[in-house]
Amino acid sequence: MTFNIVLQVVVSGLLIGLIYALVAVGLSLIFGVMDIVNFAHGEFLMLGMYASFWGFSLFAFDPIFTLPLTALLLFAVGVVVYRTVIQRILTAPMLSQIFATFGLMILLRGVAQFLWRPDHRLVNHTIVDGNVVLGGIQFGLPQLVAAIGAVLVTGGLWFFLHRTRLGTALEATAIDKEAATLMGIDAQRMFALAWGIGAGCAGIAGALLTTFFPIFPEVGADFILTSFVVVVLGGFGSVVGAFYAGILVGLIEVCGGFFVGPAYKTAIVLSVLLLVLLVRPRGLMGRA
Amino acid sequence: MNAVPNRKVVMAALVALGAVALPLVVTQPSYQNFLILILMGAQLGVAWNILGGYAGQVSLGHAVFYGIGAYTSTVLSVKLGLSPWLGAPLGGLVAVAFSLAMGWPCFRLKGHYFAMATIAVAEIAQVLVTNSDVLEGAVGLSLPMAPTGWAPMVFATSKVPYYYLILGLLGLTLAVGWAIERSYIGYFFRAIKDEPEAARAVGVSLTRYKLVAIAASSFLTALGGTFYAQKELFIDPGSTFSTAISIKIALIAILGGVGSLFGPVLGAVILITIEEYSRILFGSTGAGTDMIIYALLIIVVAVYSPSGLMGVLRNLGRRVAARRAAKAEVRA
Repeated sequence: MTFNIVLQVVVSGLLIGLIYALVAVGLSLIFGVMDIVNFAHGEFLMLGMYASFWGFSLFAFDPIFTLPLTALLLFAVGVVVYRTVIQRILTAPMLSQIFATFGLMILLRGVAQFLWRPDHRLVNHTIVDGNVVLGGIQFGLPQLVAAIGAVLVTGGLWFFLHRTRLGTALEATAIDKEAATLMGIDAQRMFALAWGIGAGCAGIAGALLTTFFPIFPEVGADFILTSFVVVVLGGFGSVVGAFYAGILVGLIEVCGGFFVGPAYKTAIVLSVLLLVLLVRPRGLMGRA
Repeated sequence: MNAVPNRKVVMAALVALGAVALPLVVTQPSYQNFLILILMGAQLGVAWNILGGYAGQVSLGHAVFYGIGAYTSTVLSVKLGLSPWLGAPLGGLVAVAFSLAMGWPCFRLKGHYFAMATIAVAEIAQVLVTNSDVLEGAVGLSLPMAPTGWAPMVFATSKVPYYYLILGLLGLTLAVGWAIERSYIGYFFRAIKDEPEAARAVGVSLTRYKLVAIAASSFLTALGGTFYAQKELFIDPGSTFSTAISIKIALIAILGGVGSLFGPVLGAVILITIEEYSRILFGSTGAGTDMIIYALLIIVVAVYSPSGLMGVLRNLGRRVAARRAAKAEVRA
């Protein structure tokens, strides 16, 4: 019985951890390619959630079916954000870079509050509804589907980065922008691509979350801090690191909540952030 | 050339005089409250600027010092009957001790990482306070509404004493900022911010001066926290320790002008005005309009003028001066 409960806790930590990983890979990718921390990353997730919500409530499209559209939409948002704001601050002092993405974060939250009011909304009765019992452990089908989706997308991203020409070009830009430019890679295009992919991943995570998570303008705040922890733990810039770290952080969060108390969940996860920053700032798999 | 600093001193004296006389003109309590909010924001922004602007260490967790100030003086007042006049500096000292303990390890981190660490520290503090029985957790602490007067720092019938209190606190904060800006410490801060490697090479201990910056900044921020507690007579973790407050403090300084003495004052005037007016104009239907307006301001400032609105003004001033000089030349 007790063993079953522990197993249950571990499984739910694993499931949410995979979503954290998906949110964080985009953040990590953007940082790896151009050394900019996107404070507005949680807001990309929020936009993905609202896109799914409106598809569902206006046209009765299931969030799972509209997922590719959501991904494309957020890809476009990422590219637009890059071209309008980020491109102008590439060589600006770090302070300006923080403030620019920080301003974006507040802007997107404000727009969401203005357009869609600060209410909590829910998407009910999607095609992934109900519970699954597997080997005595019970978990929600939405969570399971979301976790599987997260694995597929993260895996796809890894494949893209390491096995395709364009992905390799992106990786090359991340490693050495000057050298990549000399090889004929258009760095600006790669940067825009990184923002598109990063936002797209957050959008997909948002779409997957709508099947079991409330949607509201500040929802990004819940995820951005966790994503920072994941990215720092995994090592800034490392997609594989973010994947493992996401799982780890999910486990730490759920186990911490279970064994210490749910009220301390955030504090425990953030302590991990502090610990990693102070003991091993480059994370598990970051470049030195 | 001597006339320039003199003109500055005269300007500052005039502004100070105007600020002192303002409650005589603005007699409606709601407007007085609005002025108090601006001064509170300005004071916190100037305090933040000592660390974030002069020393270049971006903190997104200043609410932790604000909360420590508010809670220390309030707990001492409620449990031991200690006057906030003593509670405030004690709160400041607790905040300094906390800031040094936090700064010592965290100052090894660069840029983004330091900012993230400060968010984490403040968030953890909020969770701990929310779950602390001694501090009444999420319920919050109330200060007695009586007795009133200057000794208990409680005023029931008029906002004016609060206005002068926060004006005095802003004056003190500006004086500290000015003293730092003028002294050798200020030069070291700027060296740390702009050329950390060079500063280290000539023997400036980076960590020591960053600690000086965070100590001064946290002390003044904690005093602001005590003022808030005395004004509202009620505090809870959400209104003192939350990241939203940390963000607002940083925004005031950023918008006005990082590293300029009066920048945060300008930032507070603009930010608080936008906040209050959009609330009045749009009410609940316009939720988010204030955020949109000031987010756009911040993005524009970050992209086009990293030195904030103060930088914009300075450029304008320079352009006007250049045009005048050109005209004078033509005439000559």
